[in-house]
Amino acid sequence: MVVETGNARDRHISPLKVYLGIGFALLALTAITITVSFIDLRGWNVVVALIIASIKGSLVALYFMHLRYDKRFYSIVFTMGLLFLSIFIALTMFDTLRRGDIDITKASPIKKEATIYQNMTAPDSTSGHDPGGH
Amino acid sequence: MNHSENRPAYLAHHFSTPIQQAETSKLGMWVFLLTEILLFGGLFVAYAIYRSWNPDMFYNAHKFLNVTLGSVNTVVLISSSVTMALAIRSMQLGKRQPTLVFLWGTLLLAGVFLIIKYFEYSHKFHLGQLPGKYYTFVGVEGYNPHIFFSIYFVMTGLHGFHVLAGMGVITWMIIKTRRNIFSSEYYTPLEMTGLYWHLVDLIWIYLFPLLYLIG
Repeated sequence: MVVETGNARDRHISPLKVYLGIGFALLALTAITITVSFIDLRGWNVVVALIIASIKGSLVALYFMHLRYDKRFYSIVFTMGLLFLSIFIALTMFDTLRRGDIDITKASPIKKEATIYQNMTAPDSTSGHDPGGH
Repeated sequence: MNHSENRPAYLAHHFSTPIQQAETSKLGMWVFLLTEILLFGGLFVAYAIYRSWNPDMFYNAHKFLNVTLGSVNTVVLISSSVTMALAIRSMQLGKRQPTLVFLWGTLLLAGVFLIIKYFEYSHKFHLGQLPGKYYTFVGVEGYNPHIFFSIYFVMTGLHGFHVLAGMGVITWMIIKTRRNIFSSEYYTPLEMTGLYWHLVDLIWIYLFPLLYLIG
């Protein structure tokens, strides 16, 4: 049985300038995310920070981890991980952010001074009506 | 079938071609990385819940993290990802000496990352900004600031362990490269180490803004 070696292997060698270019892009995006964090965007800071982080993450996955050049199946596996992570986060947040809405005694106390409510008054917010942010 | 004919030494007997062997390794590695995403995922969920419940406390507590040291560590880790990618590229081109130089560079940068982390941690230990019941620091406004530091220590701690494990694997790769095991035909272990190392970088890319840069 003859075994194919060498050039038969499906692979991609990125030029040096691709790696250096991606490296500089990542450093530039880091500088941007630090600068933006000191500007008050009224609660949108976390969104902007996550968008920039996701751009950086995509550059790392596509170019450093070679997903752009490799078989699509590896990208599917990776995306599956991200998909299940977002389900994990989204469904949990539906619960934890909205507990107060369903718990009628918590959402609209009949008699606010009643002792049973005193243990529920945690500072900040437990119902999540006010996402706050700075 | 004749197994002894034309089979390179690196090809395990249960694979028929080097391509099949390399692709099997890569698929296994990506499935492992998927489990890593979910491992850290649980901590990201904990972060999301507690931050949404205590937005003001998170904002006040995060001011006690050192943005300069965090930024320097981000630059260090991104640079180490570049040197790792270049180490693999050198081996793809069959250049052993540059591969060794880039692997040593990656190892050095990983060490710098952990040393900076050590200074950050020891400063917080000193101030009593410790997780859970060990938290003794007074000065963060808001409800239960120890929650922020618990999340900070568990997330960066688990990430730090990954950096440490990565340093172990990179050292192993340096040894294998020195023993002349890799060539432009066969460098799969180097490639897998690279995938792992880039994932460690990827996780830090999210940890840094979420912990140090709460706006």
